[in-house]
Amino acid sequence: MAEHSYTSRRELDQYVFHPAVTLLVPVAAVLLQAVLPRLWGGFILLDLPLIVVIFFALSRRSPIAGTVTGSLVGLFQDGLTSLAFGVNGISKAIIGYIAASVGFAVDVDNLINRVAMNFVFSLLQSSLLYLISRFLVGEPTAHFRIWHELLRALCNTAVAIPIFFLLDTFRYRD
Amino acid sequence: MDSFFARFKNPLVLIVIVLLQAIALAVQVPRPVSDLNKPSSSIRGRADGPRISQLRYWSVAIVTPFEKVGHGTSFYIRSIWSNYVNLRQTRQQDQDLRAEIARLRQEQAAFAEDARQGHRMQALLGFQQQYISTTVAAQVIGTSGSDRSRMVYIDKGSKDGLKPDQAVMTPDGIVGKVRDVWAHTSQLLLISDPSAGAGVILESTRIRGIVRGGVGGKVEINNLTADSRIKTGEHVITSGGDGVFPRGLPVGVIEAIAPDPDHQPYTAITIKPAADLARLEEVLVVIGTQTTLSTLAQQDLDVAAETAGSKRAADLAADRLPSAHDGEPPIAVSGSGTGTLPPPATSPQLPVVPHSQPVLHPDRYTPGTTLPADELNPGAPKPRSPSKTSTNPHPELP
Repeated sequence: MAEHSYTSRRELDQYVFHPAVTLLVPVAAVLLQAVLPRLWGGFILLDLPLIVVIFFALSRRSPIAGTVTGSLVGLFQDGLTSLAFGVNGISKAIIGYIAASVGFAVDVDNLINRVAMNFVFSLLQSSLLYLISRFLVGEPTAHFRIWHELLRALCNTAVAIPIFFLLDTFRYRD
Repeated sequence: MDSFFARFKNPLVLIVIVLLQAIALAVQVPRPVSDLNKPSSSIRGRADGPRISQLRYWSVAIVTPFEKVGHGTSFYIRSIWSNYVNLRQTRQQDQDLRAEIARLRQEQAAFAEDARQGHRMQALLGFQQQYISTTVAAQVIGTSGSDRSRMVYIDKGSKDGLKPDQAVMTPDGIVGKVRDVWAHTSQLLLISDPSAGAGVILESTRIRGIVRGGVGGKVEINNLTADSRIKTGEHVITSGGDGVFPRGLPVGVIEAIAPDPDHQPYTAITIKPAADLARLEEVLVVIGTQTTLSTLAQQDLDVAAETAGSKRAADLAADRLPSAHDGEPPIAVSGSGTGTLPPPATSPQLPVVPHSQPVLHPDRYTPGTTLPADELNPGAPKPRSPSKTSTNPHPELP
């Protein structure tokens, strides 16, 4: 007779990372995001820090950890732009929270789920950034260009999938 | 109560974190100024306060060492290759440059008298022209990494004399201005950023406007109403009125003119920047201006004035009119002294000035075109050729 444990699915699918990975991967993502557009202007469409936030939130499945990670990465990103501190911080905190919450309900290792989540979260972040810029900051020039944001979401998704597989190698169950 | 916090722990943490950042946003963002006629009306175009600047410094301090190492390595590798390629082409480039110098000297001579006349008129009007006196060359080492913030980082800072709000340019045209400055690094806000602005003049029509960053990194003038004189292809230069950019620097060329849906009845005049903002490698930061020409420029002007000889500005202008040279061969000039000036292949074709048409009616309104009253006889026939009598109102003069 097969043995059955009482480990919940949440516990089964929760992963942890080495502290060095937790620290260095977001920094590397922000650094690459700053450097890559110098090599080719098209890289400006990508949002590598967003991909990292989604990955850590989905893997840890802790909304608090997702919120804090998203917030810190977003604030770090804001520091390199001319945007006010909090524009990316708020949007990525919300994304981190939602991604961790969604992680309970779906199989995050499934390829189709990963594609769908990256696409939707990229669009969601664009919407949040527009709302924050337009209504909280009061930027009159803020626009939501639907085709541009769809293209950005596609590009982010295409890049996110191999990055997810790469980062999978750093995670382990506690 | 404890069960409430335990049950809603996650959303409460989210709300607290978002609320704290929203308050931080409110502190950073002042009351909006929606004056279209102020180039730097947005907070993002200005340098941060000391606390925010310190926070940004921490972010920048983490990233810039890696950016500098990466930039230095790639620059070294590229310079090895480009040095080899340059060596192969040096002889031809040298000949081309000598020919170009000869041509530019002739052009400079032609403009020297006009420049002097312009300076005299500016002195009469009390106008203080700002000339660039000191620049610092800086390398672009990184970007903001976001298309919502068109900004790059340069490897020079306050130790090199940089300060906020200094103009930044390339030999092709203006690029932007310095925003935040730290010891060895500075933020350069590009003119394509929505918060950037610069006072400009349309070169031929002399219409003044304000250039701003638009959606998707476009550079636009959106404070002008529809005007039939504004055409695509017109060059745009800085007006000097914004206190950042010296007057007369190239900004770009008008690329498109369309109604601005966000600001009616204004038009959105899209400008193609003179400098390639997407591929910036090295920029010049203007750290000093003066109201007089630099010594070197003054010497160049003197040389040009000597080359121009005793020709007056009016004669030079007449020489430049195409109608005066119809059917004539090109001017033979010495190119370092000797040789024939090659036709300027790259210079734009001057517009053809039409010949004056014969007059249909005699001019009776310009003073001096009619005979004095004491010489007129009532009932006498009209002079046969009034224009001839009016050509010289003072017969005693030659």
